[in-house]
Amino acid sequence: MESKITNYSVPTEYQSELGKMNILGFWIFIAAEIILFATLFALYGVYHDRIGDGPAGPEVFVIKDVVIQTVLLLTSSFTCGYVITSMRRGNVKGAIVWIAITLLFGLGFLVMEINEFIHYVNAGLAIQTSAFGSSLLTLLGTHGAHVTFGLFWGIILAIQLAQRGITAFTASKVHIWSIYWHFLDVVWIFVFTFVYLGGLM
Amino acid sequence: MSSKTHASGVGNIVGYVLGLILTFAAVWIVLESSLATSMKWTIISIFAIIQAGLQLFMFMHMSEGEDRDAKVVHTVYAIFMGIIVVFGSIWVMTAGHPIG
Amino acid sequence: MDIKWDQILIIEEPIMFWTFIGLIVSSIGLVAGLTYFKKWGWLWREWLTSTDAKKVGIMYIVLAIVMLVRGGIDALMMKYQTAVPENTFLSSQHFNEVFSAHGTIMIFFMAMPILFGIMNLVVPLQIGARDVAFPKLNLLGFWITTAAAVLYNIAFLVGGSPDAGWTSYFPLAGKEFTPGIGNNYYYVALQISGFGSMIIAINFMVTILKMRAPGMGLFKMPMFTWTTLITCLIMIIAFPIFTIALLAGMLDRVFGSHFFTVADGGLDMMWANLFWLWAHPEVYIVVLPAFGIISEVVATFSKKRLYGYHSMVWAVIVISVFSLLVWVHHFYTMGVGPTVNSVFSITTLAIAVPTGIKLFNWLFTMRKGRIAFEQPMLWALGFIPTFLIGGVTGVMLGMASADFQYHNTLFLVAHFHYTLVGGVVYAVFAAIYYWWPKFFGFKLNHKLGNWHFWLFNVGFNLSFFPLFFLGLDGAARRMYTYSAETGFGPLYMLSFIGTLLIAAGVVFFVINMVYSSLKEKRITDRDVWGTGRTLEWLVPTPVPAYNFAVIPKVEALDEVWHRKETGKALAFDEKEIKDIHMPSHSGLPFYMFVAFFISGFLFVWEFQALAIASLALPFLGMAINSFTSYDEGYYIPAKEVIETERKGGGEQQWKAK
Repeated sequence: MESKITNYSVPTEYQSELGKMNILGFWIFIAAEIILFATLFALYGVYHDRIGDGPAGPEVFVIKDVVIQTVLLLTSSFTCGYVITSMRRGNVKGAIVWIAITLLFGLGFLVMEINEFIHYVNAGLAIQTSAFGSSLLTLLGTHGAHVTFGLFWGIILAIQLAQRGITAFTASKVHIWSIYWHFLDVVWIFVFTFVYLGGLM
Repeated sequence: MSSKTHASGVGNIVGYVLGLILTFAAVWIVLESSLATSMKWTIISIFAIIQAGLQLFMFMHMSEGEDRDAKVVHTVYAIFMGIIVVFGSIWVMTAGHPIG
Repeated sequence: MDIKWDQILIIEEPIMFWTFIGLIVSSIGLVAGLTYFKKWGWLWREWLTSTDAKKVGIMYIVLAIVMLVRGGIDALMMKYQTAVPENTFLSSQHFNEVFSAHGTIMIFFMAMPILFGIMNLVVPLQIGARDVAFPKLNLLGFWITTAAAVLYNIAFLVGGSPDAGWTSYFPLAGKEFTPGIGNNYYYVALQISGFGSMIIAINFMVTILKMRAPGMGLFKMPMFTWTTLITCLIMIIAFPIFTIALLAGMLDRVFGSHFFTVADGGLDMMWANLFWLWAHPEVYIVVLPAFGIISEVVATFSKKRLYGYHSMVWAVIVISVFSLLVWVHHFYTMGVGPTVNSVFSITTLAIAVPTGIKLFNWLFTMRKGRIAFEQPMLWALGFIPTFLIGGVTGVMLGMASADFQYHNTLFLVAHFHYTLVGGVVYAVFAAIYYWWPKFFGFKLNHKLGNWHFWLFNVGFNLSFFPLFFLGLDGAARRMYTYSAETGFGPLYMLSFIGTLLIAAGVVFFVINMVYSSLKEKRITDRDVWGTGRTLEWLVPTPVPAYNFAVIPKVEALDEVWHRKETGKALAFDEKEIKDIHMPSHSGLPFYMFVAFFISGFLFVWEFQALAIASLALPFLGMAINSFTSYDEGYYIPAKEVIETERKGGGEQQWKAK
């Protein structure tokens, strides 16, 4: 399908048939991601108190760090909103700068998460420790892997924006990446609420 | 151009501030308040759902574009099935005889 | 790692040895042939890198037929082993590997690819589209599925075949009871094949939702397109569950985690829970397209509109929800208690209702129709009673209290073969006979087709009906042998004879394809069967690369039939033809095939660090794709289109009135 523009009266990312199809396709993929994380939550839900000989959740969770992580990711989601806002105003430079800021917050989140993992292993909780450890670290790890993927993806799109400017096609690509990035925040909200806060009760 | 209406940053700020308030409120309820555990669960669950909704509509632009219906119906279907997967699994694996 | 390096190649057993030699000889033959006839370039340009959905579809079907032969040989070996009591043809270990491979291959690398192939061929034509939504992604889906198939199929020679059944239940499948690396193939290969299925699902959902011809509302879509849409919907929901289950299983085996182990808090039955959360919907994923095919065939050859189209559509939609609400009926005997079992018993009986509706719809479609007993219709007629038996025994198994008797016996084996073979395979043969002439320009031979149908049909029933009785007598599934005193011998022997007839039927099918392509009369009629109803019968035969010279405007369900009835012009004015945009071909999906294969192989062989590092290979492919996705494709000039249309039009009624 060609990226020919068919409608000028809507935001850039919806102006070509290709852009619209890519965005719809990605929403369908988001549904798959919802189920993917739901299954990880199901595993965690069943295993959260099956700790074997290892430590339990409240023994290892550091709630202060987790709150910082949450704020970092929420903020990156907020700045990511401005990527789309600048893009729709036709401001390439602004979009790239906002992508960079978003990625920096994302990187901060990731560094803290790696730190958290090191802390868990030192506290005697690895994926080999217990079913609880396996399910917790797989859930967090899958989310972290998604964030890492999003970082690289964002960099690649920033380069393409710099090369080609805002066209119907590049705009749809950035829009899709922003959906992905916000979705990771949605997942984190549930991790934060049900894994950490739930674990402390 | 009508895309101006989609390009305001006000929604972003509202979404962000609400997100932060809900996050800290949830932490406070769990750590500081003296509510019953079941009450705490209910409140933080509702907060999480509100936050997810904020993201979906304020940031992810789920309800815009000509494919709005397809996106919303499909996502709601997925959320419903996700709930089945989570609570169905927990129910099946913990109800009845204790196993394992 | 506990790899014994002297046991990498498994060729001690004579069967393995000769298979190995045969594979090497035929590969050398293939390479030599391609080199001698200088066909490498042609193969690469016209097929392996082609983004034309029709060619991708045909490649899927070729892959599926090769896998059908492999899985079929497995079946013959099993049936030969159990034909007489105390047989020593296969050892117990080898028998375990064979039935595991048979199940896995038939579901993942035969049934699904062949249906994906048919979707690729038919869906764009039925909705009046020139292409699928994402042509390159479509080709990628094929190559990823192929990477998985190749990875799974080398297992029996390199490292050992998975041997814990196609369900691969823990704790048997875990490291504790199945050491070595053989079983890793299951988790890694199926993980990869799941990505392929996900790609197909997204692609076809967007294609159907966004690319229908103008005027074709959702309730004017042909039935096969509807079932494809719902199948994709179910795939989107079901496959991620399996992705996580396989990931957890792989982590358990390769990285020592404790999801499904007996020790340290793991729950082996959680695997069964997640597996069936995916695998029950999977049954509908393969059987819904089959329902769509049967609907098309029955309507065409009864020369009547499909009875109760709307009820059929709603029945399919209801299944998209209910298929995910019945999974526990596969493990009632886990002992989770009467409440859970009762709930799932009720949902299981409820899901039989929409399926029953469809059977009646087909019967009422045929009622008072002028039925033409062409090949596809024969298969559809064979489908209805066989599938009915499968469905009714399914209801028997669905009753939780009764299930304790049937569970894990051959009764169950007979049941699911009646649904999967009687349902899917019959429908697939119907589809192949039905749409073959559209794509190749000749019909498959009628007489050879009759041999194929009758041998297969009689053989199938002979092979699987006795298993109901064996199961009720207490013969357990997956038993590599039994003693003469059990009295199972005669029925097992009957079943083996039936399997031979099935094999003979498939041989006739292969002969038919070869014979017909050499001898059968070439046809260029657009409406090959004369009673076509849907848009695929509006385009030239064989279908040109661009499908539709002019995108048709749709007014009714069964548009072509509607146009014939109302005497409307079937063709278009040649002046309407413009240059047609086509997607470029791409080598990147083939690169992804190599990347996934290498990465998968390293995971199977438990090179932990190297395997994780190798994940960079597929991600590199994605990055390259992102930078090179600005290719705008090419155009077929209008002049060329007009020539093709004139040639492929046939002499018949298609001129504009």
